[in-house]
Amino acid sequence: MAVNVQTPPDSMYRSTEGLGVWEHKGKVAAVGIGVSPTARRWDESPETSVGAWTILAIRNAMEDAGVSPEEVDGIVLTPDTSTGVSWPKDRPIPESFVETFNLTDDPLDGIVKLSIEWILKNMPELTNIKFAMHAPTCMSNAIVVGAQAVGDGMTQTCLVVRGWHNLAGRYYVGQGAAGMDTIAGPAGITSGHGVPACGTTAMMFQEYCHKYGKNHDMMANFVITEKRNGLLLPEGYWAQHRPENLTVEDYLAARWIAKPANLYDNDLPICVSAAFVFTTAERAKDMKQKPVYILNHTRTTPKHRGAVQTLDDWQEAADETGRKLYEGAGIKNTDLSFENMYDGFTEFHQFHLEGLRFAGVGRGEALDFYQTDISLEGPNPVSPSGGNAGGGRTRFWLHYDSIQQLQGRAGARQIRKKAEIGVSGAFFPDFNYSTIWSATPD
Amino acid sequence: MPKQSPIPGDIDKPFWDACNREVLVVQNCKSCDRMQHPPKEKCGGCSSSDNLEWREMSGKGTISTYIVVHDTPVTILQAEQPFNVAVVKLDEDPGITMLSHLPGTAVDAVPIGAKVQVEFETTPATGQKVPEWRVVG
Ligand SMILES: [Zn+2]
Repeated sequence: MAVNVQTPPDSMYRSTEGLGVWEHKGKVAAVGIGVSPTARRWDESPETSVGAWTILAIRNAMEDAGVSPEEVDGIVLTPDTSTGVSWPKDRPIPESFVETFNLTDDPLDGIVKLSIEWILKNMPELTNIKFAMHAPTCMSNAIVVGAQAVGDGMTQTCLVVRGWHNLAGRYYVGQGAAGMDTIAGPAGITSGHGVPACGTTAMMFQEYCHKYGKNHDMMANFVITEKRNGLLLPEGYWAQHRPENLTVEDYLAARWIAKPANLYDNDLPICVSAAFVFTTAERAKDMKQKPVYILNHTRTTPKHRGAVQTLDDWQEAADETGRKLYEGAGIKNTDLSFENMYDGFTEFHQFHLEGLRFAGVGRGEALDFYQTDISLEGPNPVSPSGGNAGGGRTRFWLHYDSIQQLQGRAGARQIRKKAEIGVSGAFFPDFNYSTIWSATPD
Repeated sequence: MPKQSPIPGDIDKPFWDACNREVLVVQNCKSCDRMQHPPKEKCGGCSSSDNLEWREMSGKGTISTYIVVHDTPVTILQAEQPFNVAVVKLDEDPGITMLSHLPGTAVDAVPIGAKVQVEFETTPATGQKVPEWRVVG
């Protein structure tokens, strides 16, 4: 395989303020989306491995776009597929997987991680890949990199890909260092107190509530709205496997994980893969689907100096993300038809929303805003995708839905007001990759 | 509480050694006048390792927020649930935060804004001491 898989250089990211309007504003478009089925856990059959489902998602995305495999000349992949449970150290991989796929040097590739090399070894139809990058951590990163790469002319037709696996076992619980009586590295300072995954978010949320006189009960309408939206996402885990409505009472009665974060403030790890097709606006004009134009993308990275972030850190970072997004897109907060910022954990969301000043909501006001009509039908649709809470832990439903909303094919989730411009991004308020999407290029 | 014993590495050994002497130190960059914790190989401000030093703290701080953990991933802490984890901002620099189980404070009765004083707790596996914080006054 002759393709050189690169790591995105800093120069591909728009990380600071004052950069002006993005040089490729409206010149890059999403033209196809594809996903695999979902499952709660991997059943260890090769057909449902993260590798197999990623191939399926890529083929679905190409078909959706009406693009043939040989037309695709680029791929950006998030190689991490983990959700907090590791493969047992000495356990061999299933024989059926070895028999079904062409492996790379890493036998766990395609099972608990994924590389572009693995994809290309198992998708012989992708004969024309000249540009390849691994964008770690989050599909939001891959989207940003893919957008910049197409804009810069490094690729004309680019796949943007993310897969997730989920093995048996509990999310991070007793895994790796957590199961030992010693702890090494910086984790000795940051993780020795037994804070669960949602704990830092819960700390910031507690500080937020203390400062602004709010409380956890005020989250209920947001969370049940997300669950409702998620049940209208036929591709999502909850719609496919557990079509259960969540009531305010259910939410308020749920057990605490790290008070003030309860079970429903956490998301459910699942198996699923997604792929998008990006191309130039020029080429997108006469393609099968209505193009969704990218007006800007940003990266925000952590600046905190202590063992955990502070409320100030998160609010300042969220504000910075909002300002950068609007500056580069040349739009204002009032131009957003909807927002699909990250929600996994749900208590992230108000920080993102306030940083964007979505619907004019400023610092300390989001929980009051949650008591208003934030539904798909209303004037200010919040998280129409349902997010991680409504569709399972992917960090990509938000982008998937943004594209569908602007194409007018979000089905029962279609917002009732006209969808013209939307925003999606993940994950932490101070560590995120975000994108402004638009139905028109300008 | 029976915490995991930190295993000191090259970069954080001076921090853990100071804990064993019951002294709280934080890494500081002399050229930026910028502290950071956990310690790192380079200053997060100037990306240089040339001016890093260890600064002794008074051991005084303020509780800025907290959670009550009901479902910890750390096996040896599971028998202690539910327990507090507070965030302490140091008096010398509120940008420097540390975590604490707040010995002496009842579960979910954490006074946000209260002053705290550092103390040192011996961890069972290796005897390494770790900083903890207690509400004062
Ligand atoms: Zn410095």
